[in-house]
Amino acid sequence: MNNSIYEKKSRVIDNVVHVLIQLSTFISVSLLVVIIGYICYRGIPHFSFDYLIQTTSILKNTVGILPNIINTIYIIVVTLVIACPIGIGGAIYLNEYATNKKFVNIISFTTEVLAGIPSIIYGLFGMLFFGGVLKLEYSILTGSLTLAIMILPIISRNAQVALQAVPKSYREAALGMGSTKWYMIRSVLLPSAIPGILTGVILAMGRIVAESAALLFTAGSLSVLPKSLFGHLFSSGGTLTIQLYLEMAKAHYEQAFVIAFILILIILLLNFIAKWISNQFDVNKRG
Amino acid sequence: MAKIQARNLNLYYGEKHALKDVSLDIMENKITAFIGPSGCGKSTFLKTLNRMNDYVNNVKIEGEILLDDENIYDSRVDTTILRKKVGMVFQQPNPFPMSIYDNVAYGPRIHGIKNKKELDVIVEKSLKAAALYDEVADRLHSSALGLSGGQQQRLCIARCLAVEPEVILLDEPTSALDPISTLKIEELLMELKNKYTIAIVTHNMQQASRIADYTAFFLVGEMVEYGKTKDIFSLPQDKRTEDYITGRFG
Repeated sequence: MNNSIYEKKSRVIDNVVHVLIQLSTFISVSLLVVIIGYICYRGIPHFSFDYLIQTTSILKNTVGILPNIINTIYIIVVTLVIACPIGIGGAIYLNEYATNKKFVNIISFTTEVLAGIPSIIYGLFGMLFFGGVLKLEYSILTGSLTLAIMILPIISRNAQVALQAVPKSYREAALGMGSTKWYMIRSVLLPSAIPGILTGVILAMGRIVAESAALLFTAGSLSVLPKSLFGHLFSSGGTLTIQLYLEMAKAHYEQAFVIAFILILIILLLNFIAKWISNQFDVNKRG
Repeated sequence: MAKIQARNLNLYYGEKHALKDVSLDIMENKITAFIGPSGCGKSTFLKTLNRMNDYVNNVKIEGEILLDDENIYDSRVDTTILRKKVGMVFQQPNPFPMSIYDNVAYGPRIHGIKNKKELDVIVEKSLKAAALYDEVADRLHSSALGLSGGQQQRLCIARCLAVEPEVILLDEPTSALDPISTLKIEELLMELKNKYTIAIVTHNMQQASRIADYTAFFLVGEMVEYGKTKDIFSLPQDKRTEDYITGRFG
């Protein structure tokens, strides 16, 4: 009972755990820095602006990845256009309209299973169903449809979580003033949930950019410039990641690193854009 | 004159009999207070008056509630129009994460008013009626979440007034507020009753005796006693009412 509060005890376990936790943070951050650093180190010396805006052509003796950049953006847009309305719409239904809890649980479980399936299986299905049965063959549309199924769980799951996080009091207030359910959803729920929904969309974009297995046998690997905006849907087109894979297969490591460098830039850009959009919706940041 | 008449109202949450045969009249242009201990059914009863219980699972309601002699539980009722007439203010101030202006304009927009000038007039009028205009006039377009709790609650009242209701229901509107904000809201309600019919649930018996013209005492789902506030507080007829208002339980 006569301990002074000045007699500091040394607590060994606490200190060890503290150091270990710091170490894990340090390792995860430095791994990221090392990888990005190494990609920049290997990629930037071979980077040239021409490489970005040219097509690979034996006749003209040029190499370039412009078609792949276009294909990547094109596939992202088409896939999101297909998957976002379905994913977000489904989340709204499950969260706001569905009354049968058992049904909701079954759907949620199925969604989670879908999210865990290896992407090559989506590729197999996409190739045989969209490519074969629907006769879309190797095309950007086949690839986008395949990817849309693949990212649907990510978008819908995140949208559901975001909608669940909207306080019940907002719903009460809106409905209490005579708002219809849909008016409440569109005017209060969706704007409040937008940041969370966008998180899902960003993750989904990341998956699209990163995907190779599901695209190789659906969208194919052709590297030519689009001839028309919509016609391009039905032509085969390889994304940057597919091109990266092809360069690695041919042991063209310089090109591979340049492409990797560009991919990282694109991912960063997408994140900034998404952040910006989500800030536009946040009334509290407008002050 | 009775604005709202509850007739033999029974409400069940699943097996639980939450309101037992409640009948009472809510008088036009008066303040009616519902008092009673937690879980007595006073908030549940308030919510039946504009059908906010519709969104609770497993609720069964029997009996009638007449608003100007029309049964609000009739299958022909459009809840949007009902709730335009019978507005509600909740216990926790619940402004939307939007600007002050958009909060007040929310209701009128539901009911189809799009014209900017018309909305400007409504917003200003409603904020003035809720005694908030002077405090926020220079920041109508900043977030409502930046307001203090008391201001937020007055904003919610303004938002409710903006659709020009006939009846205002308030569910313990001051229980989350400090005494000065509470006083402001009470003064406001005393003024509003000249134009509106007001029903308020309160935990605070002094509040009921200060502002209410009529008071109903609820206990475990039953409406024990109902009458003029001064009668309830000075000459309660029922032993249970007396015990509650003298602080012997609750």
